[in-house]
Amino acid sequence: MTTNETIRQVVADHGRLAVPIESLADGDDLFAAGMTSHASINVMLALEDAFDFEFPEKMLKKSTFESVAAMSAGVTELTGT
Amino acid sequence: MTALSAERLRVGVDLVAIADVAESVLHFGNRYVHRVFTAHEIDCCRRPARTSDGPALYAMESLAARFAAKEAVIKVLRPTDGQPDWRSIEVHRLTGGWCEIRLSGRAAILADDAGIDDFSVSLTHEAGAAAAVVVARCRSIERTSREVGEG
Repeated sequence: MTTNETIRQVVADHGRLAVPIESLADGDDLFAAGMTSHASINVMLALEDAFDFEFPEKMLKKSTFESVAAMSAGVTELTGT
Repeated sequence: MTALSAERLRVGVDLVAIADVAESVLHFGNRYVHRVFTAHEIDCCRRPARTSDGPALYAMESLAARFAAKEAVIKVLRPTDGQPDWRSIEVHRLTGGWCEIRLSGRAAILADDAGIDDFSVSLTHEAGAAAAVVVARCRSIERTSREVGEG
């Protein structure tokens, strides 16, 4: 499973979106698609489990989790892949 | 023309499904609890384990109400460049049982920048949901005549 596919699966499982993740492009705003702030915490923790890292405090902001593309950039920054 | 020491109020409100918080605690355990809540908040929401070596239990409605309060405070702070760490906003329970908001870190900086010098908070929970209302006094040192609607 690619990084993008893993992120999409995490969002599907924990993001509580109002629409199917398949209907969203990588750059689409997930908060506009129904993800709440509370759900974004679950997404953050699930990403940590999936990629075996911990988000540093400087990345704990809404913009880090606002889209699949933003999360992919964050994962790449933390894993170097 | 300017108006000095004008005061304004900011209000934030939020509603949280208690089941959502319970599900997060069930799925992620203490990792979730310790990333969102301060040590004081955790102590306030902890229920005694049934046995001495059993897992700690939490009052989910109390955790949910505190999360709602944190969201309500963020609505009052109106951050434009990323929101502060959840733990920099603390619902602090006083001896009498009522609560107050205590800020630290970036949340405190945002409040200072906005001229907010006082918060009031009220928490409630009922029928599967928890809610919080936060009112803040925002003291502007100086406002222009346009802002106060003159001229």
